[in-house]
Amino acid sequence: MLLLECPYCGVAADETELAAGGEAHLKRETVGSLDAEFEEYLFMRENPRGVHFERWRHAYGCGKWFLAARDTMTLEVFGTYPAQSKKPPKAIENLIKKKRPDWKGWA
Amino acid sequence: MKRYSAFAIAREAARYHTGWERAWAAPEPKPQYDVIVIGAGGHGLATAYYLGKNHGIKNVAIIEKGWLGGGNTGRNTTIIRSNYLQDPSAAIYEKARSLYETMSQDLNYNVMFSPRGLIMLAQTHHEVRGYQRTAYANALQGVKTEFIGPERVKELVPIIDITGPRYPVLGGLYQARGGTARHDAVAWGYARACSDMGMHVLQKTEVTAIRSDAGNVTGVETSRGFIGCKKLSIVVAGHSGHVAEMAGFRLPIESVALQALVSEPIKPCMDVVVMANTVHGYMSQSDKGEMVIGGGTDGYNNYTQRGSFHHIEETVRALIETFPMLSRLKMLRQWGGIVDITGDRSPILSKTPLGNCFINCGWGTGGFKAIPGSGWAMAELVAKGEPGPLAAEFGLDRFRQGRFIDESVAAGVAH
Ligand SMILES: Cc1cc2nc3c(=O)[nH]c(=O)nc-3n(C[C@H](O)[C@H](O)[C@H](O)COP(=O)(O)OP(=O)(O)OC[C@H]3O[C@@H](n4cnc5c(N)ncnc54)[C@H](O)[C@@H]3O)c2cc1C
Ligand SMILES: [Zn+2]
Repeated sequence: MLLLECPYCGVAADETELAAGGEAHLKRETVGSLDAEFEEYLFMRENPRGVHFERWRHAYGCGKWFLAARDTMTLEVFGTYPAQSKKPPKAIENLIKKKRPDWKGWA
Repeated sequence: MKRYSAFAIAREAARYHTGWERAWAAPEPKPQYDVIVIGAGGHGLATAYYLGKNHGIKNVAIIEKGWLGGGNTGRNTTIIRSNYLQDPSAAIYEKARSLYETMSQDLNYNVMFSPRGLIMLAQTHHEVRGYQRTAYANALQGVKTEFIGPERVKELVPIIDITGPRYPVLGGLYQARGGTARHDAVAWGYARACSDMGMHVLQKTEVTAIRSDAGNVTGVETSRGFIGCKKLSIVVAGHSGHVAEMAGFRLPIESVALQALVSEPIKPCMDVVVMANTVHGYMSQSDKGEMVIGGGTDGYNNYTQRGSFHHIEETVRALIETFPMLSRLKMLRQWGGIVDITGDRSPILSKTPLGNCFINCGWGTGGFKAIPGSGWAMAELVAKGEPGPLAAEFGLDRFRQGRFIDESVAAGVAH
């Protein structure tokens, strides 16, 4: 069972309280974008074995979307941060680098 | 290869079973093969088998990082059906189902195919309409199914409660020749047949990199050194994204955990397969008497082969409403597999951006039933370099073109 801390209300929420929302930091495409760009945005995914940035919603709590950094091989959670972030906070990045020296790095 | 038969059993019984030979060889890798298949699950082994049988290509290695059949092929609930909505799906799944009918004879290996019949329950009016539509589509596709009423469901499955308070049974989509088979035997039977053709099944050999020259594949780096090949077929299910990255391209796939569980063995009580998609549960009874139960996938990316307990709880809770007698059963074992889910819930059998490199993946929660048909279609693609009619619609390019084979509406559940 995953435990993620909601960065808005501070609750350490059980997985049953949350809804998973897939890969985070996708570049949203719009009118005028090419087919290949839409394909990237809608379907292509990192799906890494290891460090993954992803969206979650505190569905049975405050209802807000937030982002999390997690390892898909161990289920270890590195931290959570607000949905408005363009990239993970420095503190989380540094923590990941320390724990996963062979991580290919942010984006 | 010595054939298995009633006579062979009698002969061996008479000499204390000293004459059985190994089912498949454990050879050292050659420096070079015509074709390398990565992944000795059902789909990889079937690809190799039909490369040899249909196309005469026998200088083949199937490379497996663990033991053969140890991925999803050995972890699934073995449901076989072909009652899909879209034409390309019906074609490949029905091809597979019909090959299952004669697989034991073809392979001289008992895969225990049991076409005991399969019902997909309609428990909402939406589902009634949906399955009636599928029954009409199947009639046009030449797949034998029928929509049956609740009384007929009760007749076929006496342990079912069709008057449940939340989810009454309003009917069902019935495929009389759907059923189950023994999953390990499918992998073992193909491996034995491949080995007999002189192919190499290389277990405990992990592919760690893919080598290419001028845009064409030249071989793979493995935990046992470099192995060259003229053509490469990637068939690694949940690990497809990882291996595709080695080949330098991305996939429209996410890997998540899907779980199953079995009860203690009980006397025979249900001789059809029942799927209840609204409540995310499906069940059959094994020959040992265990109730074999599967549910829905977890929502998040995961490579650990273990899922979240609350999904097991949800599945069992929902099934108990439809099968009240289950509430008395103890559950014995639970396990998970990592399934490869595509954007339209349909598989990919395709050429790739790397020359002479092909990929078969995206079978997700429902590829056991497809193994022989998928191997048949994949072998044709690898041998000829172009897809035949069965694989043609399942190319990677469909995501860019918006040409989806949308089965998530028709079967929005693990199956
Ligand atoms: C719990 C559960 C229930 C299911 N129920 C059903 C069902 O009832 N009916 C149905 O039709 N389908 C079902 N499925 C889906 C079905 O199991 C799969 O679609 C199917 O088995 C996939 O077969 P495969 O050969 O593609 O993959 P796998 O059997 O997973 O084989 C892939 C192989 O590739 C190997 N591999 C990976 N990476 C490497 C590497 N780098 N080097 C070498 N080898 C590598 C793996 O070790 C693995 O053995 C279920 C799945 C699960 C998990
Ligand atoms: Zn919250």
